[in-house]
Amino acid sequence: MLLQQLVNGLMLGSTYALIAIGYALIFGVLGLVHLAHGEVFMMGALIGLQLVLWLHAGPAVALVGALLGTAVLGMIIELTAFRPIRARHGPVFAPMVSTIGVGLILQEVATKVFGGEQVGFPHRLEPVTWRVGPITISSVQLLILGVSVALMVALHLWVTRTRMGMAMRASAESTLTARLLGISTDRVILVTFAVASALAGAAGVLVGLSFNAISPFMGIDMGVKGLAIMLLGGLGNIYGAMVGGLLLGAVEVLSVAYLASSYRDAFVFAVMILILLFRPQGLFGVGHIR
Amino acid sequence: MGSYWESVLIFLGINTVLALSLYLPISAGQLSLGHGGFMAIGAYVTVICTTWLGWPFAAGLAAGGLAAAIAGALVGFPALRIRGIYLIILTMGFGEIVRIFFLNFEPTGQASGIGGIKHLTSLPVVSVVAALMLVCLMRFRGSRIGRALRAVQEDEVAAEAMGVNLTRVKVAAFALGALGAGVGGGLYAHQALFIDPAQFGFFRSAEIFLIVVLGGVGTYWGPVVGAAVVTLLPETLRFVQEWRMTVFGTLLVLCAVLRPAGLLAPRRHTPA
Repeated sequence: MLLQQLVNGLMLGSTYALIAIGYALIFGVLGLVHLAHGEVFMMGALIGLQLVLWLHAGPAVALVGALLGTAVLGMIIELTAFRPIRARHGPVFAPMVSTIGVGLILQEVATKVFGGEQVGFPHRLEPVTWRVGPITISSVQLLILGVSVALMVALHLWVTRTRMGMAMRASAESTLTARLLGISTDRVILVTFAVASALAGAAGVLVGLSFNAISPFMGIDMGVKGLAIMLLGGLGNIYGAMVGGLLLGAVEVLSVAYLASSYRDAFVFAVMILILLFRPQGLFGVGHIR
Repeated sequence: MGSYWESVLIFLGINTVLALSLYLPISAGQLSLGHGGFMAIGAYVTVICTTWLGWPFAAGLAAGGLAAAIAGALVGFPALRIRGIYLIILTMGFGEIVRIFFLNFEPTGQASGIGGIKHLTSLPVVSVVAALMLVCLMRFRGSRIGRALRAVQEDEVAAEAMGVNLTRVKVAAFALGALGAGVGGGLYAHQALFIDPAQFGFFRSAEIFLIVVLGGVGTYWGPVVGAAVVTLLPETLRFVQEWRMTVFGTLLVLCAVLRPAGLLAPRRHTPA
């Protein structure tokens, strides 16, 4: 029973992690919060769903389509809602206003284009279940876990092994120094937005597959939770975001199983606040907080 | 004046009260995205007092404000240790916890909320409360604690070295801000006549935040102008009908890009 719950928590947590990593990437480079990131996640789910509905595509095509679609969306958001404010040296909260605006636009566009009701993926992906000892795993769960792990490994390799990834880390350390060293920070930021948004888009498809509840308003909760997880892992720390996501997924599933299910989200935030009180820099953060 | 415009003006007044209440912590450098939570506490407590206990409206509002202020002080203590983005997310988590609490709290009707609230909020009442808050804040600015607050905003360490009691000032700013939000919630409940937890979610907090930041964090008129823009703009945009929020969102992006420090930005602005 406990083992089964942990597996379920791991699955849920891996989608949380994908979203939190996106926040961490953007915060790492810009030091800013992107309040429409939840809506990017929602657009990913809807793009994936439309591909399946209209083109009768399989989950793989839906996933790739959502990845590409949200990557482009993320770049558009950076170009319209972040870069112009950066150019004018606006205060930190100005991008919060602009991204709240972007979130409103995306919600309404999604409602108008795709309809406001909650819909689910048609069951093209036949759920097969396997029993491994005391735990049951379905093919959908395996897909979610597999895709999340693959994306996280790919991200790790990108960040540590490629020129662009190193440029991103340098920009996160200090944008000014990175620019002095000849890194085009504007391009790095644009790529960071694309990567972060693509991860959120993939999470959208995965969540759509597992919960079968896709709506234009699914991004709000997820956006808030993702932000909380990013904070939990340590601001701008992508590995912290990974662990934080898995941890909160487990907390949520276990609180549903052993405590009161209707308070599941309250437990998640209570754990977050407690950790913040005792370790304000997050689980994996180092140094002083500002 | 038609009843439509009267209700728009009442909401403008309520939004002004909410914005002014958030202005106080923000002017102490405490950005909060959890004001929807304080508003919810104020709304529920006021409704319980007026509808169930039969108290007069003013007493109900005072009780709602007080309950929110107590919650504000409780949140204010942890807020001492953290700031900036951490505080934003902590307050956001607090707002969610309050919403989820009311979503599950049986005596207040859980998700179906409380209906049949008496219509006690009127234009004179809202105007008086908003004007009172504005005057209080303006008087407050020159007072001892008001000056201490500005010193904290400029430089915490220097302020503490000058003998400002950081704990007291910061918790006071947060609790007073929560008090205003609680009163605003009470006013809101007796105008909307129906409250449920969904009305006080993240979006409400974001809206209050938006009003203050849009207006500009520098003068007391900033929140007032912000409230006017956020309340009246969607109403005047009714001619675009279905794409109302899209146009509103686009205007928000334009505002943030063209006037990043707010519509009424002070001339002397230090970029954060």
